Amino acid sequence: MSTTPDAPAVSLNNVAITFGAKGSGYTAVRTIDLTVRPMEFVAIVGPTGCGKSTLLNASAGLLKPSDGKVEIFGAPLQGLNGRAGYLFQQDALMPWKTALQNVAVALEPKGVGRTEADAKAREWLRRVGLAAFVDRYPHMLSGGQRKRVALAQMLIRDPEILLMDEPFGPLDAQTRQIMGNLLLDLWAANRKAVLFVTHDLEEAIALADRVVVMSAGPAARIIGDFPVTLARPRDIAELRVEPEFHHIHKEIWASLRTEVQKAYAQGEGGTA
Amino acid sequence: MKRLKLLGLQIAVGLVFLLLWHVLTAYPILAPVKQTQFFFSNPVDVLARVWKEFASGEIWRHLWITLVETILAFVFGAAGGILFGFLFARREVLAAVFDPYIKAANALPRVVLAPIFALWFGLGIWSKVALGFTLVFFIVFFNVYQGVREVSPVVLSNARMLGMNERQLLRHVYWPAALTWMFSSLHTSVGFALVGAVVGEYLGSSAGLGYKIHEAESVFDVTGVFAGMVILSIFVIIIDALVTMIENRLLVWRPAPSTTGQV
Repeated sequence: MSTTPDAPAVSLNNVAITFGAKGSGYTAVRTIDLTVRPMEFVAIVGPTGCGKSTLLNASAGLLKPSDGKVEIFGAPLQGLNGRAGYLFQQDALMPWKTALQNVAVALEPKGVGRTEADAKAREWLRRVGLAAFVDRYPHMLSGGQRKRVALAQMLIRDPEILLMDEPFGPLDAQTRQIMGNLLLDLWAANRKAVLFVTHDLEEAIALADRVVVMSAGPAARIIGDFPVTLARPRDIAELRVEPEFHHIHKEIWASLRTEVQKAYAQGEGGTA
Repeated sequence: MKRLKLLGLQIAVGLVFLLLWHVLTAYPILAPVKQTQFFFSNPVDVLARVWKEFASGEIWRHLWITLVETILAFVFGAAGGILFGFLFARREVLAAVFDPYIKAANALPRVVLAPIFALWFGLGIWSKVALGFTLVFFIVFFNVYQGVREVSPVVLSNARMLGMNERQLLRHVYWPAALTWMFSSLHTSVGFALVGAVVGEYLGSSAGLGYKIHEAESVFDVTGVFAGMVILSIFVIIIDALVTMIENRLLVWRPAPSTTGQV
């Protein structure tokens, strides 16, 4: 629940992000208007290098937009976004800490005591299915298990906004489905505003309430915004064979396809 | 079984070497025995001398002094290196300003400093500690500096998104990262601490392994020199094994390093 009920959790107004000198630099995204309401799950899809992650970093406060406004629950974002949790695509766990320590340390900035933090971290690791792995170091865990730890690390702080940057990208197809279902279960139990970046349209439809499509970079814009009306709770594996899923997929893919082809035509030039 | 075989081969190499040395110096093959023994001594004599040194208890005092010098040089060098490595990595201006001086100081062969240190700190242990310090400091400094600067940006961003302040980042991210790099250079830096101690003793002192070797050398006692070297080698192997033990304890979180070929 937000403090200002009417305000969107995340609101990007006419945002542009340029790397390098203004005017001569590389413009990743421009004229972006995007809102995520509290408890809403929004997925951003777009071809490689369209600046999806850039938008996420701007919402997190890791990146300052060159133009436009970023507002979090109605207040302009200054510095890092303290109300958001961030799930990175790459491994972001501290390799010198065990799973338990990695999750428990997330409570330290909130001033939670050591014993209480440990107990809560154990509980969260159990929820993500890692009760038997609390004392493992990240290198002893599989890619999927590390993502589970990262998920627990993010959620234990109970952030109001979840920012996810292709979090399941490096995982194999089956693990992705399992992680997707886990995410949906956890989210259903305690709904947050979610901004989920992916290049996988099927994943986006299966998870989100709304799918936002971006054009190919540079200077990428939002070219489509599609509601996903599939009923919840959803099971990702079963969802994919439903006719409605295919209908939505077809509709979104029609607008995404030309952009993906454009991105391919540009070769490997674009970078995220 | 495989380890046993390896150990057997390792011992065999040593035995072949000793045998060759013995045969060439105990029999007039290359030159008269007296002549070869003057230059190369003889393994039996050397081992007998090593035994005598330990049995008479004479060597313990020297070993102790060298050990103390090594440890002090390492502790001070590592502490200084960590402190300045951290400071320079977190304050880019300092690093930029001091860069040429650090490079110049590090390029200086440390041996030329030994007489100066002897002048400043006397012939006791502190001139040797100072020499070892100058060697250890730069190794640890460069490693910590590198380690702090090359902390994974993703790990860092993640920690910041978790809400960590500068102090918490230091404790949970920068410090462990720097320690990793320091430990990766632990064998080298402990080795250099010992080099500093022994070279310092060699150039001017009244005790320590370096002094023992120098003393034997000055009277052309080749057996004594070799005996000193053997004792020094044993000393180094023991210290290195201790370092490995400490390293394994402190870096449990790291992927298992390959242990093949380590004694």
